[in-house]
Amino acid sequence: MRFTRDHEWIKKEGKYAYIGITDYAQQQLGDIVYVELAEEDLVLQQGDVLCAIESVKTAAEVYMPVSGTVIEANAELEDAPEKINEDPYGTYLAKIIIDDETELNDLMTEDEYNEFLESEAE
Amino acid sequence: MKTTPLTSVHESLRAKMVDFGGFYMPVQYTSIIEEHNAVRNKAGIFDVSHMGEISVTGKDAIKYLNYIITNDISVISENQIMYSPMCYEHGGCVDDILIYKNNDKDFLVVANASNTDKDFEWMKKHTKGYDVVVSNQSDRYGQIALQGPEAQNILQQLTKTDLEEIAFYRFKNNVVVDGVNTMVSRTGYTGEDGFEIYTAAHDTEKLFRKFMESGAAPCGLGARDTLRFESALPLYGHELSEEITPLNAGLKSFVKPEKSDFIGKAALIEQTEKGVSVRSAGLEMVDRGIARNGYDVFNEEGEKIGYVTSGSNCPSLGKNCALALISTEYTKVGTFVYVDIRGKKVKAVTVKKPFYKKMYKK
Repeated sequence: MRFTRDHEWIKKEGKYAYIGITDYAQQQLGDIVYVELAEEDLVLQQGDVLCAIESVKTAAEVYMPVSGTVIEANAELEDAPEKINEDPYGTYLAKIIIDDETELNDLMTEDEYNEFLESEAE
Repeated sequence: MKTTPLTSVHESLRAKMVDFGGFYMPVQYTSIIEEHNAVRNKAGIFDVSHMGEISVTGKDAIKYLNYIITNDISVISENQIMYSPMCYEHGGCVDDILIYKNNDKDFLVVANASNTDKDFEWMKKHTKGYDVVVSNQSDRYGQIALQGPEAQNILQQLTKTDLEEIAFYRFKNNVVVDGVNTMVSRTGYTGEDGFEIYTAAHDTEKLFRKFMESGAAPCGLGARDTLRFESALPLYGHELSEEITPLNAGLKSFVKPEKSDFIGKAALIEQTEKGVSVRSAGLEMVDRGIARNGYDVFNEEGEKIGYVTSGSNCPSLGKNCALALISTEYTKVGTFVYVDIRGKKVKAVTVKKPFYKKMYKK
């Protein structure tokens, strides 16, 4: 699993990769009540908006950690968006095919991300 | 940032803290939805010590207050409270305030936290010719809102004063709560029955902890906002502002043009005569999405007709709603409008306000 400075995670599994938001991100958002799901077959560049998450108090956009094509959005979130709060690392927002796997090297490892969070808190 | 007498309590409860109008305040302790539901179903407590308290005393207090507010203060009795907008000459709002009447010569104005200094300056500026003293007492007071269907039971267990004696929008001085001297009013900002308890800054923490022990859930500004929003209670800076008059906001019943002269009277009469061009309307989202403050609103033809002033998920209703300032012709209940949410026009329909039926004990 790799992490972005915008608090997304990406996990490679076989030919696909899954994208979600981190525990820190769901805590910051609070109670999540709606997910505007990603559109399937959409081709996106690293940093493009993938989808949007709405909590009671705010709306947040989720960005593509790497360039790729959206294969599937997690339809389960339509009726149960709170799953992101309950299990942020077990709940994906979208399944994608990565264009260029070297872009994963731009992202942080878990240790690096934890250090990044600590430095942000200061 | 300013703190309140309860800041250390919030920190010890590990609340998520934010800067709110210059005050370091809790936005949530556990979850906005849990805190919201606690108030709707049982009882919650809020730190509202950031609210401003400005005393108005002197022989001309009634005449003076009637000059600076739009409502008519002369009609209320001792120990009664009145809500009123306070306007600029052009009809926009300086603030919306509560006024507590001790007697004809002694009133307490409760102002929105971030407006307190502005209000105080404005009020001082207009004392000329009136025998009154206006004094900012905000730092002396701590204030706790105890709200919800169980609020009265919780408070009653801690005081000998019969709370049935304090009716809606009435208050009582020298109410001893768990040994602490307080002023108690049956007011709030949640749409539920409940009280606001004013006390000396140094006694506030003791009371807050006592209410918690008695079963009231600590609630942050997040729940305070969803609760007031479902009840369609205006929030200054959103539904009311320097640019938005009380008539735009649908607060006509708090404007009394028939009384003696007051600041903004001419502008508000003119607005009534010409017709109010934009009004605050309740919207319910038909299609999926949450309208947020500042989002544009369009008609079926795609013309912009206004903007959202507040929008949220409504935890008690399971719906997404909004308050929007839109052209009056579209405010009729049942009109379809469209809110631009991240570049997509999402369908909504105008509905009756409030979204949640207020459960006041009148």
